[in-house]
Amino acid sequence: MKKAAPDLYPVMARLDRATGINTMERAMARSSRAMTIVRLILIPAALLLIGAGERRSGYDDASPDTRAMQDDDNANPAFLWVKQGESLWSVPSGTAGKSCASCHGDIATMHGVAAHYPKFDPKRDRPVTLEERINICRTDHMGAPAFAWDDDKLLSLSTLVGLQSRDMPMAVEPREPFLSQGAALFRERMGQLNLSCAQCHEDRAGLKLAGSLIPQGHPNGYPEYRLEWQGMGSLYRRLRNCMVGTRAEPFPPDSREAASLALFLAVRANGMRVETPAVRP
Amino acid sequence: MVRVLINVPKQIRANEPFDVKVLISHPMESGQRRDQMGQTIPRDIINSFSCTLDGEKVLNIEMFPAIAANPFLSFSAVAEKSGTLELKFTDDDGVTQTETVAITVS
Repeated sequence: MKKAAPDLYPVMARLDRATGINTMERAMARSSRAMTIVRLILIPAALLLIGAGERRSGYDDASPDTRAMQDDDNANPAFLWVKQGESLWSVPSGTAGKSCASCHGDIATMHGVAAHYPKFDPKRDRPVTLEERINICRTDHMGAPAFAWDDDKLLSLSTLVGLQSRDMPMAVEPREPFLSQGAALFRERMGQLNLSCAQCHEDRAGLKLAGSLIPQGHPNGYPEYRLEWQGMGSLYRRLRNCMVGTRAEPFPPDSREAASLALFLAVRANGMRVETPAVRP
Repeated sequence: MVRVLINVPKQIRANEPFDVKVLISHPMESGQRRDQMGQTIPRDIINSFSCTLDGEKVLNIEMFPAIAANPFLSFSAVAEKSGTLELKFTDDDGVTQTETVAITVS
């Protein structure tokens, strides 16, 4: 898909925060009509799940307290991870004696990068998430061991990189066959409870599961600080939690299935505002 | 050393209250949970926090287990002149950490 990144988005988002009026959403609804046409050409119509106008970020349904936490960088606990990421960025690691900064320079060069992930990696012949990309840098270029998928340092770095794309629209390439595979997995019933992602996050989005609101499941705020976790988590952690919840065997973090599902979810949220690092209940 | 984020306003007026916001990276383990082997996970929380301005007491806080991980503290203070805020906290492991932040009063 063409990258739709009007420079107005960050301005509007700031305006929204200042005025409390959601100009962004209105503008998005306008631009999304144009984007829908593009999408219809690129993506089979069957993949259009939730019309762009009805898409809601978890932020829209969060409580005022949770939103206030996300809006204030001094109150958002995710910034503890950002701080750690900033210190890790220039620390050499591995046999090559390189740090992230050795190749990438200042963190500002990562502006807009995270909005394009998951991204296809030719060497692995599948899409990779931002966390995987960081690990690929470590193993292939720095001669350092890969971080475990839930390592705090990995989350610190991906949060820092994600933050550089905050308020930009998500723009992930709808690459086949991964998109179709991800869409199929989204609808596939799994686990002892025999539930698919779509049964909750599409058919019943907006309703309640126990006392909690079921979100539409857009991955535009990851890595995010989840109050329930009392810590940061990647999209993979969320997928894993959901799968454990349906009593299914979670896809391994480096599997084609996990990557395809992440890609599908990202494409489904294309055009939505990147909120990294989001705060969610 | 745990990570701490401290925020004070850039412009502070003499004798007018200003907000100090502190975010501390800490697990705040309540002591009520058990691990996978059924063993109690020992309590590890920040049990006391104090703030001084140039040695003068601003506030002391006694903290208890029902506080979530990564506590966020926000309180007001009044200053007559520029100085240094010293924030000091101790956790159950006996580790004391001190952070300082300069404030400019105009």
